[in-house]
Amino acid sequence: MEVFVEGVLWIFDPDNWSGINAIPDRVREHVFYAVVALVVGAAIAVPIGLWTGHTGRLGNLAINIGNLGRAIPDLGIVAIAAVLIGFGILPVILALIALAIPPMLTNTYTGVRGVDADVRDCAVGLGFTGWRLLRQVEIPLALPLIFTGLRVSTVQVIATATISGFIGRAGGLGRYIFDGLSMFDTPRVVAGAILVALLGVLADVGLARLQRAVIPKGYAAALAEREAATTATRA
Amino acid sequence: MLINWEWIGRNLGSIGDSVTEHLVLTAPPVVFGFIVSFGLALLARRYRGLYQPLVRSTGVLFAVPSLAFFALLIPFLGLSRANAYVALTVYTLIVLLPNIVEGLDGVPADVTEAADAMGFSAVKRLLKVELPLALPVIIAGLRIATVTIIGLVTITAFIGFGGLGADILTGYNRAFPTQIVVGVTLTAVLSIVADVALLGLQRAVAPWRQEV
Repeated sequence: MEVFVEGVLWIFDPDNWSGINAIPDRVREHVFYAVVALVVGAAIAVPIGLWTGHTGRLGNLAINIGNLGRAIPDLGIVAIAAVLIGFGILPVILALIALAIPPMLTNTYTGVRGVDADVRDCAVGLGFTGWRLLRQVEIPLALPLIFTGLRVSTVQVIATATISGFIGRAGGLGRYIFDGLSMFDTPRVVAGAILVALLGVLADVGLARLQRAVIPKGYAAALAEREAATTATRA
Repeated sequence: MLINWEWIGRNLGSIGDSVTEHLVLTAPPVVFGFIVSFGLALLARRYRGLYQPLVRSTGVLFAVPSLAFFALLIPFLGLSRANAYVALTVYTLIVLLPNIVEGLDGVPADVTEAADAMGFSAVKRLLKVELPLALPVIIAGLRIATVTIIGLVTITAFIGFGGLGADILTGYNRAFPTQIVVGVTLTAVLSIVADVALLGLQRAVAPWRQEV
């Protein structure tokens, strides 16, 4: 427990808030890697997920990429990228993009594909076609799952960005953990771990809030009600 | 040339050792995780109010990066196998707990009532009626948990274990792609084999329910 306290004290030590290795800089680097990877990853995964979900074409591909993404170890992707591309920030970010894609792709596809057939038929009957059907019916209804994918990717990317403190010799909060391990400076390790964990949890909580703000209250309530109804019939 | 086949040929023995070590690091967390989740699931079914808070806590724990988790446990457990086991066990809960609860909740009321009417005790009803019917859903959870843990075991390379993760790390340190590719490929193969094996188990225990 003592070392845990020392780790917390390390975080609050003013010396660690300025100069090289300052906490604000490391946090900024970590967030920067994660945001770039997530934005680029989403720009690739979401359109493909929407298209495969909307058309129903290549659906197995979307699912298989998701499963393969879970089977391939994150560490391996980062390591291969670093050895092939060289040190620095580029291999790390490329590897993080590769990690961010599968959960977002699979969830977006599942969300759009899972839109109630009656609802889709109804919209088509009202004269909705193609792009309008996707934008005004399918995307809003798929939003909860699209957010789930984004949250899973975010937590994973923030977690894995830690490895970049070692592989790629890049910055980020992982530096505290790896520098601490090699210098036998346990408070530094613990401080780094606390900061990464906090960042991961905060990002997840923040996205959960955003999700609540973006998804219409009525739809969220209807989903919760449907959930409650199925639970009630089961119980 | 990305792959040095000759190196692979010379090192088949140690690659086999890595695979064994990987499995040794994977199995205990999945088993412990199942036991803990099962206990928590029974508790959550007895006291319904506990369920949501429990699921939410496992979600928060899952958001803690694995490397940070191992590092946080160092003051208590050192760079030990126990450290790896504890952290990995915690990561299984987010999948296993909801699946066990959902699986048991999914047993039709008619069936449990029939068991009650036949004079089954609560324990006997659980073991002989509810558990067998819940198995497909529970095994579906075990599949996800196992694949997740097989991937996370590679991160334990940083605290001195790793199984195939140790190969990935050594390959990186020596800038030797072959060893990384071997580690990555075999980890993926282990995941797929474990997933397919558990799917087979799922079909064997519940032949009436092929669609799950």
